Amino acid sequence: MLISLFITCYNDALYPKTGQAVVTVLERLGHTVEFRAAQTCCGQMHYNNGYRAEAFSLMEKFLDDYRDAGVICIPSASCVAMIREHYPVLAAQSGNPAIVAQVNSLVPRVFEFSELLVDKLGVEDTGAFFPHVVTLHASCHSLRSLQVGDKPERLLRNVQGLTYIPLEDADQCCGFGGTFAVKNADVSSAMVADKARCIRNTNAEVCAALDNSCLLQIGGMLSRMEMGTRTMHLAEILAATSPGVRP
Amino acid sequence: MSVRVGEAASAPDFPVAAKQLMQNEQLRRNVRNATGIIRNKRASVVGETPDWQPLRDAAHAIKDHTLRYLDRYLIQFEENCKRAGGIVHWARDADEANNIAIGIVQAQSATEVIKVKTMTTDEIGMNRALEASGITPYETDLADLIVQLGHDKPSHIVVPALHRNKMEIRELFMRTMGLAELGTRPEDIAEAARIYLREKFLRVPVAVSGANFAVAETGSVCVVESEGNGRMCVSLPRVLISVVGIEKIIPKFADLEVFLQLLSRSATGERMNPYNSIWSGVAAGDGPVEFHVILLDNGRTNVLADAVSRETLDCIRCGACLNACPVYRQTGGHAYGSIYAGPIGAILTPQLQSMEHSQTLPYASSLCGACYEVCPVKINIPEILIHLRNKLVESGDVPTSERMGMKAAAWAMSDAANLSTARYFGRIGQKAFTNNGVIHHLPGMMSAWTATRDMPAIPPESFRQWWAKRAQEKR
Repeated sequence: MLISLFITCYNDALYPKTGQAVVTVLERLGHTVEFRAAQTCCGQMHYNNGYRAEAFSLMEKFLDDYRDAGVICIPSASCVAMIREHYPVLAAQSGNPAIVAQVNSLVPRVFEFSELLVDKLGVEDTGAFFPHVVTLHASCHSLRSLQVGDKPERLLRNVQGLTYIPLEDADQCCGFGGTFAVKNADVSSAMVADKARCIRNTNAEVCAALDNSCLLQIGGMLSRMEMGTRTMHLAEILAATSPGVRP
Repeated sequence: MSVRVGEAASAPDFPVAAKQLMQNEQLRRNVRNATGIIRNKRASVVGETPDWQPLRDAAHAIKDHTLRYLDRYLIQFEENCKRAGGIVHWARDADEANNIAIGIVQAQSATEVIKVKTMTTDEIGMNRALEASGITPYETDLADLIVQLGHDKPSHIVVPALHRNKMEIRELFMRTMGLAELGTRPEDIAEAARIYLREKFLRVPVAVSGANFAVAETGSVCVVESEGNGRMCVSLPRVLISVVGIEKIIPKFADLEVFLQLLSRSATGERMNPYNSIWSGVAAGDGPVEFHVILLDNGRTNVLADAVSRETLDCIRCGACLNACPVYRQTGGHAYGSIYAGPIGAILTPQLQSMEHSQTLPYASSLCGACYEVCPVKINIPEILIHLRNKLVESGDVPTSERMGMKAAAWAMSDAANLSTARYFGRIGQKAFTNNGVIHHLPGMMSAWTATRDMPAIPPESFRQWWAKRAQEKR
């Protein structure tokens, strides 16, 4: 299958390894990945902060960039939620039937990475080998907007060598929230401190998630606390193999 | 018209208030403890209700319908309440409502009133207005009594004294009730309140209540509470005044079937609320001989006028969103500067005040969606928070630095080449702050991030650079 990768703006700039891992996993499973160089951002930051006109322009750009794309993979639950929940709102508000039609055509083609694997490709064992203790942070968007349920967990449990430890208070927000992390830095910090305590209780070596935005927040706190737990996008774990393990 | 929401117009900004409150470890422990207990109880009784989602849908539909035809239902309520012997007043704002209530009390030559737990009278600052007219109000809800005796402010919609623990309350009662001794068991403390309040129930001739629901079809008013003190207030005094926000109207008596199931489970985690008082006008030889309803606007029609955020008025004040909110659970209710705290307060308070005050409240959320998930009437609080942020952006009520930053980001995202340029300058700019690929300190606005958290440096190669290189190598 030809899969178009929307890397997202922040993964492109800050987390290129996540994109590389997505390519590795999908190619290992026999699929072809394309990357459209014109892509930039879904507009979530502008939308969430009330800059609706700017968000609308970015939506129009996204619609243009992916007009003729087939399956689109996005390794970020919050960006998928932006497209699924808010593009229809923006389109309806525009009163433009052509935009509404384009959004209606786009939404069913967009998949978050774990959704793509489990729902669209029917894969739970990606052939990964990762001999480490891992816990999973369920991002709010993956949990409440996408309702991914235990898909990420199932993918992790199928990784050879991996020990999975569930995280307590898994439904609690890490406190990132985009500009919230800066505008309400004290509350945001207190929230991620709670999250870091839960992670410490798992004694995991790695905290994984579907969203590097959450991991920016969580990783920033773990690094400051010198806790020694790394953060990794789920794709990076699934991309890991070792010689001798089937591809 | 002067819309007033308690003292919200002069309250400090949310981040400032939050920072100060979060230094109080005892308060944070109390809030965390109490919200945790209610959340667990709620989750268990919601879990055993098989038609929970259909109930939520029904409640949302009833509220949506009612708000669309609110003008008709209000008139219908007035007619039916009058027919049952009630007296209906209309109040545009806080001052009008307070003056009507004071007039009723003074006509009785009374100098005291007893009060049922009501948020609405806190909203309009009724106690202060009564006191200014020489009338002493006594709060009879246990938590409201604690707040009143401590000259404190409510911090939760359902559990106003949630920020206080048992020993703090015991100490307060001993001091304010002049008790030389008081046990430490909850029963001992409740007994002290009982003795203090009973005498007032039997003596004071006028009571003031709010309303959970007002039924248009029958002109009935419904108050739900857990202690029975409300029942005493609405049945013992000669005169009863109910202050009812206009959004409390529901069309039919049968609609209570939906709301009473949702409210008790969401508010206190109980299958059925202990005291459900529903009365229609006056009845000879039973209860008050004079019954007044004050229908209050106080900014509600501002909210009604906005088609997107209108559903804010669906709220049945259960407080589930407060208990679920990870922000509220860190700060407690006082940070919101309003009697309406938590996620619902963050959307209701600024809207009642026409978006002219409390403008940091729409940002007091990480948009995690926990509030929407638990809301029994399905108010899409995150979407309304975003809508209100948009209103502030469009009216120019946002900091210039933010506006500039968002414009710059919009430029960078408008074209992939711009994005690469922005990244290039970001790489140059971060050099002075980067140590082993990690940033421990940033200047300006971003110092708020690095005060507590590290930041990864922008790596040398972006994904698109890697992809382009790989494509070339493949060729």
